[in-house]
Amino acid sequence: MHPAPSIIIFTTLSGLGYGLAAMLGLGLLDPSAVATKTAHVLALAMISGGLLASTLHLGNPQRAWRALSQWRSSWLSREGVMALATFVPLALSAWFAVIDGRYVPAVGVVGAMMCAVTVYCTGMIYASLRSIQGWNTQATPLCYLLFAAAGGLVLATAFAAIAGSSTVVPATLGIVVVIAAWCAKHVWWIRLRTLSPLSTPETATGLSGIGRVRLFERPHINDNYLTREMGFKVARKHALKLSKLAMISGGAVPILLLVVAMLSGAGAVAVTASVLAVAFYALGVVTERWLFFAEAKHAVMNYY
Amino acid sequence: MTSLPSLPTPKKLGLVIDLDVCVGCHACVISCKEWNTGGYGAALSDQKPYGADVSGTFLNRIHTFEVVPEGGQVIGEAGEARIVHFPKSCLHCEDAPCVTVCPTGASYKRAEDGIVLVDESKCIGCGLCAWSCAYGAREMDLAAGVMKKCTLCVDRVYNETLKEVDRIPSCVRTCPVNARHFGDLGDPTSDVSRMVAERGGFDLMPEQGTRPTNKYLPPRPRKPLAASAAVLAENTDGAKGFFAWLDGMLDRI
Repeated sequence: MHPAPSIIIFTTLSGLGYGLAAMLGLGLLDPSAVATKTAHVLALAMISGGLLASTLHLGNPQRAWRALSQWRSSWLSREGVMALATFVPLALSAWFAVIDGRYVPAVGVVGAMMCAVTVYCTGMIYASLRSIQGWNTQATPLCYLLFAAAGGLVLATAFAAIAGSSTVVPATLGIVVVIAAWCAKHVWWIRLRTLSPLSTPETATGLSGIGRVRLFERPHINDNYLTREMGFKVARKHALKLSKLAMISGGAVPILLLVVAMLSGAGAVAVTASVLAVAFYALGVVTERWLFFAEAKHAVMNYY
Repeated sequence: MTSLPSLPTPKKLGLVIDLDVCVGCHACVISCKEWNTGGYGAALSDQKPYGADVSGTFLNRIHTFEVVPEGGQVIGEAGEARIVHFPKSCLHCEDAPCVTVCPTGASYKRAEDGIVLVDESKCIGCGLCAWSCAYGAREMDLAAGVMKKCTLCVDRVYNETLKEVDRIPSCVRTCPVNARHFGDLGDPTSDVSRMVAERGGFDLMPEQGTRPTNKYLPPRPRKPLAASAAVLAENTDGAKGFFAWLDGMLDRI
């Protein structure tokens, strides 16, 4: 599948935003600190930025509001509805923190739960497509959820460090969830790279009774929408290398930096280490998202 | 509404494509583009039509495959491989994933005859329906930013301003060898249903669980090349009369 930058930016940014919003909703940070108020604003900005980025790949973005109508059948519509609905508790929580400097557990927990449901919907958009066998598994939304949570915890550690409070709780949780996320992703990758194809050129043409099927002549000389959108092949050559780099950048390095932040107590070292952890983690997740699209094989390519 | 019709549609209009007959002339591709660029919805645009990197939106395309039997040879005069021309357009699936994934309600399956259509005034051009289609039946029109697909020429098949002979999809009307047939596959007594029953018509990628309406008829079994073509060798065995005399005379000169 073609890795459209708008979708990669959307899933990465909104994933981090929902993760951070969920951790704020769970009350992991001191609500009176200026850093926490900033975190609320940043979470909302990342979520909105991601949503705006996702409309960039639309052919007719002026009709995007219509995407809220088909929540009965469409995961994309459900995601849109949940994304908008989640703004309500998140904005309320942000209001309480920024204006009053207080944490309201009821609103926060509801917001955190709705963040999780929204991210689950994002994952299900991909997991529900049978035509892309690599995505068609419940492990896909699980990875999306774990990466959002891990990102939220790494960000929460950075904001705790900036606020000068203890980073032990968010950093410890962060290390556990970062490990869980990459373990889940590793299993997902093993499945992707070892699965036997559901559809083949023989089932696609129904000509298995005669023999082995091979494309003799394409229907068009140049690329078309289908080959551009579904036929991306650049990544496969370096997929293994890239996935290792993603695990190092998004897993090993942030874990080390979180340990440093935790052990160094409050101060410049903790702030530097945890902010660097956020940067490396984001780079790792962008790589992971790029591979998510670039490595996925679409059934239509059996005709090409 | 992007939920599929709750009951089986009373009619299942669709195509039956005969892979034994198709000669791969692409006439159906051109007639489809010609009819549909001026008919239902936005025109089927081309990008850089006069440049080297020309591409455009089509609702029907012909692939050509080489099929090699077990142990068969690929090339050469004695090769056992055969070429199969393969027209492909929307299969108007009963469990059409392109309909249920649509977030706006633009993509729908008609309850009365099973035709899958796009209401272009609701389409936001997100492309998810094209992703969900294993058959590559949907192409985004890059000029209009909306999804295009085979309409089964819904603006022809019910069009009483056309002569009755023309009230079939453009591709079917155009095919010079009758490789494409149109009819109600929900009616077991229809011509298309009988054809499917007699010839062993099949679904494409049944494992995708889409239950396509369109059916394909397999190429008929073929005699080995050696059994049908006489061996062309330079000898005069079996020559009689004048030619036997001429042969003898010419040998002696």
